Amino acid sequence: MAAFTCEVVYRGIFQKNLAARICRGIVLSARKAGRWGIAFGRYGDSPQRNGIPAKDFAIVADSQEELEQNMARYEPKEVDVTICVDDTLSKGVESWAWYGLQPINRLTLPGGTVLMTSLQSPDELLRDIHKKDAPWNLALIRAKASFSGLWVYREDHTEARILGALARLKPEFLSLEAVGQAIAEAEWGSDLKVASARKAHDRLEVRPVTMAEGNGEVPFSFEMPKWWEMREGVTIPAIPVGKPMEGGKGYVPERNPYFKKYTTRTMRPVIDFDKCVKCTLCWLQCPDSCFDITPDGLYDANMESCCGCGVCEAVCPAKDCVTMVNEAVFDDNASQWEMWRHDKGQYHTWLVDKISDTRHVARSHGFRFRGQYQEEIKAELDSGGVTITAGIPGENADRKQA
Amino acid sequence: MAVETRAAPGVADDKEMLISGSEACAEALALADIDVVTAYPIRPYDTVMQAIARKIANGHLVAEYIVAEGEHSQFEIVKHASTVGARVFCGSSGVGWMYAMECLTVTPPLRVPMICMVGNRALDDPGAFGVEHNDALVVRDLGWMLIWVDTAQEMLDTTLLAYRIAEDRRVFLPLAMSADGAFLTHSQALVQVPTRAKVEKFLPRYDRGDLLLHPDNPITVAPQANEDWVIEIRRQNNEAMARASTVIEEAYAEFRTVFGRGPENPWFEEYMTDDAEIILLGMGTISLPFKVAIRQMRAEGKKVGLIRPRWFRPFPTERLVRALEGAHAIGVIDRDYSFGSPFGSGVLANEIRAAMYNADTRPPLLSFICGLGGREVTLPDVYKATEMCFEAARSGKSPQRTSWLGVRE
Repeated sequence: MAAFTCEVVYRGIFQKNLAARICRGIVLSARKAGRWGIAFGRYGDSPQRNGIPAKDFAIVADSQEELEQNMARYEPKEVDVTICVDDTLSKGVESWAWYGLQPINRLTLPGGTVLMTSLQSPDELLRDIHKKDAPWNLALIRAKASFSGLWVYREDHTEARILGALARLKPEFLSLEAVGQAIAEAEWGSDLKVASARKAHDRLEVRPVTMAEGNGEVPFSFEMPKWWEMREGVTIPAIPVGKPMEGGKGYVPERNPYFKKYTTRTMRPVIDFDKCVKCTLCWLQCPDSCFDITPDGLYDANMESCCGCGVCEAVCPAKDCVTMVNEAVFDDNASQWEMWRHDKGQYHTWLVDKISDTRHVARSHGFRFRGQYQEEIKAELDSGGVTITAGIPGENADRKQA
Repeated sequence: MAVETRAAPGVADDKEMLISGSEACAEALALADIDVVTAYPIRPYDTVMQAIARKIANGHLVAEYIVAEGEHSQFEIVKHASTVGARVFCGSSGVGWMYAMECLTVTPPLRVPMICMVGNRALDDPGAFGVEHNDALVVRDLGWMLIWVDTAQEMLDTTLLAYRIAEDRRVFLPLAMSADGAFLTHSQALVQVPTRAKVEKFLPRYDRGDLLLHPDNPITVAPQANEDWVIEIRRQNNEAMARASTVIEEAYAEFRTVFGRGPENPWFEEYMTDDAEIILLGMGTISLPFKVAIRQMRAEGKKVGLIRPRWFRPFPTERLVRALEGAHAIGVIDRDYSFGSPFGSGVLANEIRAAMYNADTRPPLLSFICGLGGREVTLPDVYKATEMCFEAARSGKSPQRTSWLGVRE
């Protein structure tokens, strides 16, 4: 009697199909050895919104009876492997489905593994990933976050690589042979993907993490009221109006304290206050009212409420005033305006460092020119180990059934 | 490390698929070769309409797929299609089902064997997507057959059975299959999908006979009637519902012959009830945590069993009474509510209480409300309910009120 439980933490919509493929792949691989399995998403995460973190699960067990323990549940209480397909989620997960911020390794069993696609080093990631009161393992597949969308799928072999890596982590449940078979049979499968799975299996980097390591910050959490404490009539109090920032000047809006949504962010605006023309457009157009108006009439994006949509950058008329930069290069949510006010020279150095590295400012998702997908995927697959050939995507499309 | 490959269980030429409860329903609909399907999106039912659309788009099913402008039209369209001889399917959830209410009331007297899937969802407000059974239950007095399923496999099997039962000339009543939102509609499991040849053997063509609306069979459907006619029409409906019980028994027996699986007792699943002192009852996927808890309690020497009613209409009164009479106490767990009802109980508890009134022995009956709005039913919830049942068995008395489990208080 044994069971194996996995969660996939992913970006809503952008990675929905990816997560579903991984979870189905786990069950179908385990089935090769006669095991039973289920795959499901956390229902409260839907309807999904672009980028808001969500979870899918795959559970396999030796018997149907054993599987029953895990059915009709919202989520497992603990998992053997937490799969994370976007390393900016290492900062924590705030989803539709619960209140507060959950560390990425929250459900990971003691001695379990967080399996992540990332180009960052383990030490860089451990600045973001919260401490855990038990040792665990960080396993890395060298790859960028694979973003696509609801209607398109990015055929960059991430699903195959994850499955191959799982065969390395849990060979007693998913043999490499079974994973290869399941991939070959999948509607999205191909021999190339089987090869990618094998390479990921062979190249997986696993780094044990001690209890002392990790981000020591205590994630924000809330206690939910009892039934008799709640307002009647399905009503909730409105969010109060805001206040001046300081000395009767500026303006800071009150924000929803229960849903901060910053873990949705994969890129954040970096603002060159010296270039700001005070046109108000970023403040006006921000869908999340995330800009605080400073006493000197500038606009400071509040990093506890910015979900990284990039509208401010798009509407800003001043050249290089707002630049979206990958979330992975930041370690906190500190105010940029405070930093600028404190030491303008130092801020300028910091800003140039952030915005001049082209890897930092490449869009985390979406395409800006025709052919970008083909260009990027070739580069990625080259670095990931397999040579791209014709035939992707959907080499097995003729086997399509449902 | 190589893993020994064991043969996947399954019946002969069945095909195994990893699919959700909703997709299992759609598989059965393609096998049943439905003619007309209407759709209007509402979660969690919309997963079925998406799955059917995919089947049609991929050429696995040829059917009219009509997207209505709301649930009322959605159910009206299939009602009319059914009267002209089409095998039909539609469905909804929560307040969407409510929006179709007028059409739901006229369907049974017209004797339309409309098959629906209700993805059980809490009624608004608050807008929420989780499971509650109140949506499907509102048609319980109207002449609808109602059945609850608990796994994707049962969803597929029940869909095939539903057409066989509802389209039997002795019945001709609409049938709603209830599937718990999330736990069943959105969870993928391994399902054995039978061949079309087997399904054709089991499921005859829909033949509306003398009730077919057709130029060769000139009839008027639903003329206005006064007090001279109405009660007789109701009496006919009552008769059809009574005949449905026989047809259900026949259909399940035939299902087992053709497909080599399926329950011997169509009405309810009995789990470890043979020597059970405490019998718990609950509908839908609630059975899963209950079975796990019961296995644990059995290991502790506690004689607890579960009855999971499938059929709510027709209600299997006699068989249920026989199964419950010997218990020392009965605990009914409702995933629904009926505010202001006797003892504040849920709908199932009051039905069981009514059924047991004429029984020779009446064990104490406890009612519980649990898992509303999709709240997970946990093992401690089941333990608490069972402990209260043992207490009532000792005292021989039924508590005078309903207990709510898993509420923050």
